[in-house]
Amino acid sequence: MKEFRFWFSEQRGTLLALGIFLAMFAVYLTNHPAIVNNGYTVQGVGNVVQTAANKGVLLALVAMAQTFVVLTAGIDLSVGAIFILANCLASYIVVGSPLTVTAGVIGVLLTGALCGAVNAAIVIFGRLQPIVATIASGAVFFGIALWLRPFPGSSPEFASGLASALTGKLFGLIPTSLVFLAAVVLLVWIPFRRSVLGRAVYAAGSSEVAAYMSGMPVRRAKFAAYVLSGVFAATAGLFLTFFTYSGEASAANGNTYTLYSIAAVVLGGVSLFGGRGSAIGAIFGALAFRAIGDLLFVFEVDPLWQPLFQGIVLLIAVSIGSARLFRVRNRLELFG
Amino acid sequence: MDSSDVLFRMEGISKRYGGVRALEKAELTIRAGRVHALLGENGAGKSTLIKIMSGVVAPDEGRMVLDGREVTFANPAAATDAGIVCIFQELSLIPDLSVADNIIVANPPTRFGMIDRKAQRRLAEEALARAGAEDIHPSALVKDLPLSRRQMVEIAKALARKPRLLILDEATSALTASDVEKVFRVLKRLREEGIALLYISHRMHEIAELADDCTVFRNGRNVASYEAGTKTDEQVVELMIGREYRNVFPPKPPLQPPTVQPVLEAHNLSWPPRLNGVSLTVRPGEIVGLGGLDGQGQRELLLALFGVLRGVGGEVLVDGKSTSINSPRAAKAEGIGMALIPEDRKTEGLMLPMPVRDNLSFAAMTRFARGGVIDGTAERRAIDEMVKLLAIKTDGIAVPVGSLSGGNQQKVVIAKWLMRKPRIILLNDPTRGIDVGTKQEIYALLRRLADEGAAILLYSTDYDELIGCCDRVLVMYDGAVRAELSGDGLNERALIANALNLGEGARLGASA
Repeated sequence: MKEFRFWFSEQRGTLLALGIFLAMFAVYLTNHPAIVNNGYTVQGVGNVVQTAANKGVLLALVAMAQTFVVLTAGIDLSVGAIFILANCLASYIVVGSPLTVTAGVIGVLLTGALCGAVNAAIVIFGRLQPIVATIASGAVFFGIALWLRPFPGSSPEFASGLASALTGKLFGLIPTSLVFLAAVVLLVWIPFRRSVLGRAVYAAGSSEVAAYMSGMPVRRAKFAAYVLSGVFAATAGLFLTFFTYSGEASAANGNTYTLYSIAAVVLGGVSLFGGRGSAIGAIFGALAFRAIGDLLFVFEVDPLWQPLFQGIVLLIAVSIGSARLFRVRNRLELFG
Repeated sequence: MDSSDVLFRMEGISKRYGGVRALEKAELTIRAGRVHALLGENGAGKSTLIKIMSGVVAPDEGRMVLDGREVTFANPAAATDAGIVCIFQELSLIPDLSVADNIIVANPPTRFGMIDRKAQRRLAEEALARAGAEDIHPSALVKDLPLSRRQMVEIAKALARKPRLLILDEATSALTASDVEKVFRVLKRLREEGIALLYISHRMHEIAELADDCTVFRNGRNVASYEAGTKTDEQVVELMIGREYRNVFPPKPPLQPPTVQPVLEAHNLSWPPRLNGVSLTVRPGEIVGLGGLDGQGQRELLLALFGVLRGVGGEVLVDGKSTSINSPRAAKAEGIGMALIPEDRKTEGLMLPMPVRDNLSFAAMTRFARGGVIDGTAERRAIDEMVKLLAIKTDGIAVPVGSLSGGNQQKVVIAKWLMRKPRIILLNDPTRGIDVGTKQEIYALLRRLADEGAAILLYSTDYDELIGCCDRVLVMYDGAVRAELSGDGLNERALIANALNLGEGARLGASA
């Protein structure tokens, strides 16, 4: 029983995000025109879920990218730019035969890793604040994307087979993008979370001094966090290419994803002070954030209202987190 | 006693921080299977010494020998690998990780590259049991534990690292009496197992119970080493004080008679666990000192009076009327007129990149404002007056305050509050880290302010300062006032004896 309480208190943020998402998605599903008109057919529900999943998975991946950095008590304002850069690059190099497609995918992911490594180097060795470092590096990454694709476009030999496989349904039922997301969680996130390096990431975010004094690999951990962030943002960029079959250096898209990733992370219970939270929470945070927009759509609210509603939901979610401030006894701690 | 069981030696160790000399050719020899106690006043160099031993800072000169081989430590991990483990006063635990994670933090057991949580759990439970802290759940988050439990986790963590030399820096200061007993049993067992222990504590009875060897530090040097039990408490206190008295203090007026209405009174202030029922009175024209060891609640007392702490119990009276001050803004308001010169001028007292002018006028802004607009001429006049009054050495009031020397920065902090003409002045160790000349000016200024009718409450870690500058001194111990000293009873022996909460403190004070 006691064991359960510790587990619950650790997962509270994630469970809250899951709850918000399920509630919103249930309302969405029951009011969706396709369901209202045709009833609950496997085909109908499957299609609605697939569309939602494909939209959600992009933000979920970018939010995971953001999570790694936020856990170290930093923030990464370049995730959106890396996402766009990967999209533009993929539209050139993920082409042709299976062999060249594989090479292209690896190339895109390595580019993401490289972007993350650049951020890490500036933050760790240059001792710059993450927010400044990533604003600057993000502008550079976006500049390269713009140079690659001054105008939206695509390559005729684009790997459309892989694209439709990853955006379709498995066994005609489960959206492949969700399966992919689950695989990433199982094969990357959970091993990372349980590795020595992963623990050092949490420790560095919680108290860098204590982590250093305890002899933990603080620098290596932070480096890994930024590199993984880059790789995840690039993965999201790949997916964007699979959906659109083209590359576009859209500044608006990049900025939106950067900001939404922070919102998703907060909604998912990851502490912006670092050291607390989970990428799984961030995924549900991202899906919930997407669901808000979709809800407005099924209730036929003017899309103009969307930012307002998303803002309100975010404010409420964040307020729950700052309730602890009422318990602070030394007012000087309010500023720490 | 022969040299064969010497485990660790430090020879000719020196360390400077800027212009301040923390250690000067210090020596220390530690033998296996013995408890070595390190004694000394605040700032005697003990902390720097153990930081060097545990790889936190590098010495400027000198060498360290472990097992007959010279060693250097690039970081704490290197020292830990060599078997030197330190339990720090400032806790080294990571708040968001669980107890088990923290205990096995450096090299957890792994399977397939992932941390083996079952094995880790077992190791953590073993370590907790060794430390006598089986009541702590390994899955609890450290930040949810009270301070005394955290300290036990810290000890368990150190034990899990299999130390050969274990350093305990005030490791018992946060513990309850029953925990101290358990920890002592553990330490005695470790000594039997042949581990060397370096024990730093201000609690003399703990040292008497535990130590085999003692070394006294003063002004960055080891002044005496002796076998435990061969010197009386009185002799030890003499060694810790040394003799170096400077006549830099202005003469004191006669004590204010108790019939004078106090400006500031506090009854039974409490803010557990740091304040446990503090009562005091400060009359106009008086400088009242707060003494005692570092961290006995003096800072919290000043913060509580200034309205920074929430949930303070007890009563505060200003001019005999009960008041509730719940923010610095309320404290400095017209009817109360309180000012706090904070401890850390760099973060709580000044905006370093901003000019001297702006820093001076922040707290007093409303005095020069008419209808919300600042009257530049009045501001300028008041600032010039302050710069002259305190003899602040600056290239003009437009230079950033960060470019001034430490002493002059401190003058700016004081001047900033004097611009409001406060009636009650609280000072939190205002002369720490500034030169003697400036100290002397500050003492003279404090006395002048008192003569003009201000009530002053001064916390200082410098005993000379308390004796020379204050009319009365309240010695604090464990969040309460242990003794009030004044007149001839206000001397260094009585201060130290009461600060250490020695039983015969009163006798020491009387015989001086």
